[in-house]
Amino acid sequence: MALTGIEIFKLLPKTNCKKCGFPTCLAFAMKVAQGQADIEQCPEASDEVKAKLKEAATPPIRGIVFGPQNKSIKIGEEQCLFRHEKKFFHPTVLALKIKDTDKNIDEKLQEVVNSQIERVGEILKIDAVFLEDESNDPSRFKEAVEKIINKAQIPMILGTFNPHSAELVLNDLLTIRPILYGASEQNIDEMVSIAKKYNVPLTVTAKGIEKVISMVEKIQSLGFEEILIDTEPQTAIELLTDNTLIRRASLKKRIKSLGYPVLTLLREKDPFYETVLASLAILKYSSIVVLNEITGWKNLVLFTLRQNIYSDPQVPMQVKQDIYKVGQPDENSPIIVTTNFALTYFLVKGEIENSKVPAWLAIMDCDGLSVLTAWAAGKFSASKIAQFIKESGIEEKLNHRELIIPGYVAMLKAAIEDKLPGWKVVVGTKEASGIPAFLKNYVRNRQ
Amino acid sequence: MSFSIPKETYSGKLPEITFGSVKKAFFGGESALPFHFFEGAFPHKPLIAFEIQDDVPEDYPEELARVYSSVWEDPVRWAKFCESLGAEAIALRLMSTHPDSKNSKPEQAAQAVKKLISEIDLPMIILGSNHTEKDAEVLPVVADTARGYNCIVGKAQEGNYKTIAASAMAGGHSLIAMSELDVNLAKQLNILITQIGFPREKIIIDPMCSALGYGFEYTYSVMERIRIAGLLQGDSMLCVPMVADVGFYVWKTKETQATEEEIPEWGSLHERAIMWEAVTACSFLLSGAELLIMRHPEAVKTTKKFIEELYGTYRNRNI
Repeated sequence: MALTGIEIFKLLPKTNCKKCGFPTCLAFAMKVAQGQADIEQCPEASDEVKAKLKEAATPPIRGIVFGPQNKSIKIGEEQCLFRHEKKFFHPTVLALKIKDTDKNIDEKLQEVVNSQIERVGEILKIDAVFLEDESNDPSRFKEAVEKIINKAQIPMILGTFNPHSAELVLNDLLTIRPILYGASEQNIDEMVSIAKKYNVPLTVTAKGIEKVISMVEKIQSLGFEEILIDTEPQTAIELLTDNTLIRRASLKKRIKSLGYPVLTLLREKDPFYETVLASLAILKYSSIVVLNEITGWKNLVLFTLRQNIYSDPQVPMQVKQDIYKVGQPDENSPIIVTTNFALTYFLVKGEIENSKVPAWLAIMDCDGLSVLTAWAAGKFSASKIAQFIKESGIEEKLNHRELIIPGYVAMLKAAIEDKLPGWKVVVGTKEASGIPAFLKNYVRNRQ
Repeated sequence: MSFSIPKETYSGKLPEITFGSVKKAFFGGESALPFHFFEGAFPHKPLIAFEIQDDVPEDYPEELARVYSSVWEDPVRWAKFCESLGAEAIALRLMSTHPDSKNSKPEQAAQAVKKLISEIDLPMIILGSNHTEKDAEVLPVVADTARGYNCIVGKAQEGNYKTIAASAMAGGHSLIAMSELDVNLAKQLNILITQIGFPREKIIIDPMCSALGYGFEYTYSVMERIRIAGLLQGDSMLCVPMVADVGFYVWKTKETQATEEEIPEWGSLHERAIMWEAVTACSFLLSGAELLIMRHPEAVKTTKKFIEELYGTYRNRNI
């Protein structure tokens, strides 16, 4: 973790000499902590202090970048065990395993390319391919790699324990910057020298944390740091325990030999249970998860889970400002306006669906705040609502002029009618749960 | 270098909940974060209750209807069917009492409860329709009907906890206390409930569930924060078991209803719907729920396999 201003201040000479350009050492320390000043500006700071600051600035879990240029992915650099403490930063990479002996490599690759799904304005997809060197034949392995990259410039993990296979691919195709998987207790020396020579990330794999630590220490002593780890968990509890201990040890105890992203290879064949294990890996700290098979429903489940868990807890999830259709609304259907806080949107939309009354749902950009908060912040005001409705173009689609507003902002009724000539404002329910009864009544009374 | 396991020091331990009269079920009692077997004791596995309703459900999508439509007209047959599927507990939701539904009277609900407890041996959870005012009328009557059967009753909320908690206490039941996705609200409600004399050891927190993709991350994080506050920070009002009312939220979502023809990239509806429930459930086990209320038998099966594997295969292997 980075040092606080006070912690930095304690390391400074406290002479207030002003040579750094700041009036006091304390002011300077605060700026350094915020990243707005460099410790080098202090002529008195000792090498020891500088080393300490550098150490503190190094993330406890190393960041790793892989994949071809322009399509590269960053993983690692996570800072917490629980997302509410800060957030999870670099979403878990989902990879599909393909074997170099597979007859349908093209087909499988096409599944990866076609995996894109849009959800809440974000494009989600299978990010990478794990190519397994099942043939143990370097030229065949290289052929398969070429086949894949010629078709799609996709980030790759080279799954081979054969140094010749690794070397052959990297020698000719270095620009794809793959992750090498991996170094085992048997091949560690050769794999490290290859990873070092071509400067690609190397995954260390062994059964259990202790073995992984001793391998990582060996690699570090050879001056190489681009590492991922795999403790080869065989069951859900091994995966949960290993990943929890690795994350905890690296963040809280600063155990350097565990400060690397985790790669998890799933060995489960049952598609339901594979999905559960992948979910566990996403929730509990794996940076890369390799799946045996992908399919539409599985992708949607895992993409949604990953999107949820990697969202920023400090920033409310937002929906794009728009007039959404719920059911098949026509020119007579009711129109309801509310804010773009994702929870509000989902709840209101769900309850309109439950009412079975087709409706227009006008979602207004209020920086993702809920109705009352947005109203209090002046973002869900009469004039803004009126302007939004006017500019949305919805008037052309309707042959009525009745706008339903949330019950919590009933006090805006008159003001909105003032600013939206020709419109009548109807006060809806306070809670989304009341919408089905309200809408059914509303439609009945209008007829 | 030999690896010394970085352990946490816990100050709390959850109460154990036992319910049921003929057959009993248990959950809770652990002294560490979920499944952290390396640093705490876990006397009971999490428990899954099958949800049934007191009348034919109005909003069960096709995937659920296919499973239950032959039995859902009769809660007793429905419960027995769940038992045949391996249910260890039944959660009866008195949906017909909701004013937007049939608005049935507390006495009618009590009849349904009476019949069920006389014919079913499984431990029972009795749930209102989540209508604050109506639940305050219905739940005291059914809690009295089920007196001595040692059920779980709920949900008590800020707006109705007084009558519901008092009647649950008089009937000898455990109580689900629901607040809206906030650690402090959950704590506040438990303080209020204990202040009127209800024992803390019989409260189950419902921090408000949600479905994958629909506020999931809020429930997940609130649960984690409640567990951390209760077990690590010594907050006794938050140191009680939690329930995730999974099925109720999951089976409202579009993902459990849209066909592959409507949205081809979402893939097969059957698997998608089941796994929407299973993954939501398994995730909330990881964030701290000990009791799950679920609907689809296949989703229950997958979730159970997860629980069994978490417990069954744990050996203190050489980490």
